[in-house]
Amino acid sequence: MTTLPNKEQASGRLREVRLTTPIGHDQLEKLRIGDVAYIDGVIYTAREGVYRRVLEDGMAPPVDFASLTNVNFHCSPAAAVQEDGSLKVSAVTATASFRFSKWMARWFDVSGAKVIVGKGGMSEADYKQLFVPRGAVYLTTVGYGTGALLGRGITRVRDAHWLDELGVAQAMWVLEVEKFGPLLVESDLEGNSLFEENNLQINAGLDKLYEGLKRPSLARYGETDDRGEELI
Amino acid sequence: MIAVQLIEETAHALMSRATIDIPADYLAGIKAMVQREEGELSSFVLRAMLENYEAATEDRRPMCADTGVPRYYVKSGNEARIEGGYVALERALRSATARATKDVPMRPNRVHPLWRTDHDNNVGINAPEIEYSFEPDGEWIDVTTVHKGGLFGTDYRMLFPGDGIDGIKRFFLDSVIAFGKRGLACQPAIIGIGLGGSKDTSMVLGKQAACLRTVGEANPDLRIAELEEELKELGNSVGMGAMGFVGSSMVVDCHIEVGYTHTGGMPMSVHAFCLSSRRATARIHPDGKVEHRTDPRWFTPYMRRDTVEWLPPIEDDRQLA
Repeated sequence: MTTLPNKEQASGRLREVRLTTPIGHDQLEKLRIGDVAYIDGVIYTAREGVYRRVLEDGMAPPVDFASLTNVNFHCSPAAAVQEDGSLKVSAVTATASFRFSKWMARWFDVSGAKVIVGKGGMSEADYKQLFVPRGAVYLTTVGYGTGALLGRGITRVRDAHWLDELGVAQAMWVLEVEKFGPLLVESDLEGNSLFEENNLQINAGLDKLYEGLKRPSLARYGETDDRGEELI
Repeated sequence: MIAVQLIEETAHALMSRATIDIPADYLAGIKAMVQREEGELSSFVLRAMLENYEAATEDRRPMCADTGVPRYYVKSGNEARIEGGYVALERALRSATARATKDVPMRPNRVHPLWRTDHDNNVGINAPEIEYSFEPDGEWIDVTTVHKGGLFGTDYRMLFPGDGIDGIKRFFLDSVIAFGKRGLACQPAIIGIGLGGSKDTSMVLGKQAACLRTVGEANPDLRIAELEEELKELGNSVGMGAMGFVGSSMVVDCHIEVGYTHTGGMPMSVHAFCLSSRRATARIHPDGKVEHRTDPRWFTPYMRRDTVEWLPPIEDDRQLA
């Protein structure tokens, strides 16, 4: 991992780091939440379609993860199969990761993934229970989403597995990347969450916003007045 | 007569423009927000998005890979005649969607809700949606496409007259806070609010308010315009910015559209467009002329009329003549 000095770049006073796949423990332990990260190497996309096939239907994964990479991107690309059969990926944007929480423990064990890249992160409880014991971290895409910038970071589309079975959006795309980012370190090896840290600060001011506003006459099942709660 | 081939070509071009080029009004709104944003992370996110818009336009690649659920709004002049009629127009719009999905490319997002059948072309049952409105006199049609993310940032609630402005403010806050956390709403966004009508009308009006009005455009009813401004300021005082980080950039603009509603009710919907607010419009004339723009001009005085007869506004030239 190289830590770059801050010049006049978009990250301003935030610390910028470059990560190379497979991303080893030595690189991960230096990450702090709120760091701006870029990835060099290989990443693959996998979301509910792939998780279901491998973890629920018991199919063999289409690649040998150990020799490939340990970075799983929760994403569907804006991509198409060209007339000549070649694969074109133009832009890539992450999808919200909290929905995949129930598969992550087994996915880490099957794939050996150590880095999840996605949208919106997961709960701090998930990090402590699922990520920390397996030495994994979460990087969030920025925006959302910087589809064009991330698309620029893809140097080659190596493969698209299960394209016929799962379609473009759910297939497993294997992407070679260079300075793939920007990404923000959302969780570290201790399971701290950048989102939850920010939420705590914001929650402190929420009650004041509602002061003097009376409740609606018709309530809803499960309704809460605690806006500190998250809905994910 | 408007040639159907021209409609298809134009719709294809609109798909590409909407996907790649951020509308100028929205870009200006975000640039103004960056100036005011003091949250370090929120500010970083906004600057990254500005870079992203530039990269998209330079490379002619989508600004966001989530195509959302691409759809159309067609406004037809009352005198417009379409070659093959509206069935031909709908075929052209579906064909343009399928072709653009491959050509741009756009992510094929549309699947059957139960069987997850994917045609890989964003076309299927009720997809893309095509909504219509009409305008007196014109021989043209306006075709607008909007690509808006489909999962978060929208909510509906039946409020009652007694809930008043308090009820509106509370539900507005509930919606922007709930979906603002972790940036699920992809804010700062244009927030559209539908008030009144039937429940479904309230949803439709709110969505149209978010997607079919530009940043800086106020409702012509001055009291509604005041409420728009008040809600915008309220949203930006939550303390939350881009991606749900500490900051002030939540609402680029707030648009309210209303419809006469049940005397006992006040249904309300809230919709967040996103940081990649993708919309593009073209006016197609019978002589083959096509004029592209990014302001849909969907909500016209005629659309907002409240009487049986339509009387053109006083400032209209025809009235003065």
